[in-house]
Amino acid sequence: MIYEGKKKIWSDYQKDIPDDHYFYVRSCIRQTFFPASEAAFLEITRNRLGKDVFETEHHTTCGGIAYHCDTIPQETSMTIIARQFALMHKYGYENFVCSCVTSFGLYCETLEAWREFPELKEKIAENLLKSCGLEFAVPKVLIHSSDLIYKYRNPIAALAKFKLVNKKTGKPLRVVEHIGCHYSKMFPSKGVGGAEYPYVLIGMIEAWGGEIIDYPERRHCCGFGFRQYFVQANRGYSLANTNKKFESMEPYNPDMIITNCPGCSYFMDKWQYVIAEMNHKTYGEDGHGIPVFTYEEVAGLVMGYDPWDLGLQTHLVGPEPVLDKIGIPYDSDAKYKGVNGKNIGKPEEVDCIK
Amino acid sequence: MGKLYERLKLDYRFREGFNSCINCGTCTAICPAAEFYKYDPRLIVNTVQSQDDDEIEKLLKSDTIWYCGECMSCMTRCPRKNAPGLIVMALRNLSIEMGYYMESEKGRQQYVLTKDLCGSILKYGYCVYPRTFKYETHKEAGKVWKWEEEHLDDVYERLHANLDKNGPGAIRKIPKEDLDDVKRIFDVSGGTSRMQQVEEDGLEKAGELGLTEEEYSEKVNTECKIDHFNH
Ligand code: SF4
Ligand code: SF4
Repeated sequence: MIYEGKKKIWSDYQKDIPDDHYFYVRSCIRQTFFPASEAAFLEITRNRLGKDVFETEHHTTCGGIAYHCDTIPQETSMTIIARQFALMHKYGYENFVCSCVTSFGLYCETLEAWREFPELKEKIAENLLKSCGLEFAVPKVLIHSSDLIYKYRNPIAALAKFKLVNKKTGKPLRVVEHIGCHYSKMFPSKGVGGAEYPYVLIGMIEAWGGEIIDYPERRHCCGFGFRQYFVQANRGYSLANTNKKFESMEPYNPDMIITNCPGCSYFMDKWQYVIAEMNHKTYGEDGHGIPVFTYEEVAGLVMGYDPWDLGLQTHLVGPEPVLDKIGIPYDSDAKYKGVNGKNIGKPEEVDCIK
Repeated sequence: MGKLYERLKLDYRFREGFNSCINCGTCTAICPAAEFYKYDPRLIVNTVQSQDDDEIEKLLKSDTIWYCGECMSCMTRCPRKNAPGLIVMALRNLSIEMGYYMESEKGRQQYVLTKDLCGSILKYGYCVYPRTFKYETHKEAGKVWKWEEEHLDDVYERLHANLDKNGPGAIRKIPKEDLDDVKRIFDVSGGTSRMQQVEEDGLEKAGELGLTEEEYSEKVNTECKIDHFNH
């Protein structure tokens, strides 16, 4: 009963997500490893849904990874963030959308600290003026880019060419959703559905025809751990945590994984390959891994974009089993081609995982 | 109340993340680091709560504070609204300020982290940047990354990125004036002096060991001599 009550409180809670007019900032990890996802986000919001999502080349990293590797003082990351907000203000926007869960958590932490400690806010405003000559401002609304796709999940469903349904059996695809710790574990009220019942990805999957899997380690960290990945000697931490999640989800036979955070997408894809190399174990069917997708990739797939336009050729775990189940056409010969079919070779074969 | 505890109280993360601990162990139960390393966030919070400077000093000199992955799972769960993850960040900051981090294997890793991440931010405007993310040191990224690395411009063009070019877009060239802003931010906010300190500490240690800068980087990046693990 208590469980139901808690669930209800969160399902009644609505995060404020304005319909339009956003200042967009990119993610270091998403633009490095999933640049086509950011392109899909802008294509869908701007060109298909007609929204105003503005980007300037003058924004930079938020410094989040450096901050969470404890290499820069809090004041440094806060002043970099103040600069991003000041650019938003300068270009006439008050809604701020970021493409990274680490950034989103850090922006939330920063705004919360400024609210709680006004003297800190003043210090940062002073730093900003001194270093960049910019006027201090805070956004009226701060969201993660998945919040916007969540908001538009039904309009996207209305435009969709495909559903997350197995074409042969007629059954919904079984989907593992992974939220990313910094989306709402620190400040539950800042995420859709909070930390206990984050609904941001569930909403998308349900709207697009899939079925969500609950499994014991659903909320466990992907294992990034910042310094636990960036230092070679520590990488076992990252691998061990991803392994724990896959062992836990295996009995539930997921067809695919959807992620909120680009870091999680990277680790859940790459570590499957390492587990296959080390333990000779794969978690999908017939030697395949479980394909991992960003939410932009999933939105793009249901809307009928070419899988290679969405960058799925750069995943270690091949997306083909999911494409086949849904019935999404693809040209295997074009998978690793450059623009206009340019031949740029292809990756060496890997035999431990498909 | 000791001097180190007073120093910790100056850190906003400590002020935000520390109330009072009832030693319930919930943070430890949820913690991914506690499963992998000999690590117990409950004990860390309790040590800090004791306000015993000798104990806090031991902690600041230990590998322990470097085991946390800063996932902040503990922050959601603590019944007293503590955030062990934020307390750890304040401890790490103080450990670096005091120079104590040089006394632990994991602490000394700050040398490579600081050089790589801050260097990347100041040079390119990104924490992670594809031309410096090498297959050779990231074999887990697989043969597909090796192929991407060999054909970076073509692959990124195919993926609609704007690699190293002017104007907006993924992995664009961030204009010089903006990188200059970031450099000045580092200067006024303590980022530059932190970088210098960590570099000097590392080079001094390298000198003591008779190692070149590269050899020292390689050593701290890969060395794992101590049994850190929770078997
Ligand atoms: S969960 Fe909170 S109260 Fe419980 S041991 Fe951890 S810090 Fe202390
Ligand atoms: S933030 Fe650190 S202490 Fe807290 S749960 Fe994550 S790894 Fe454990």
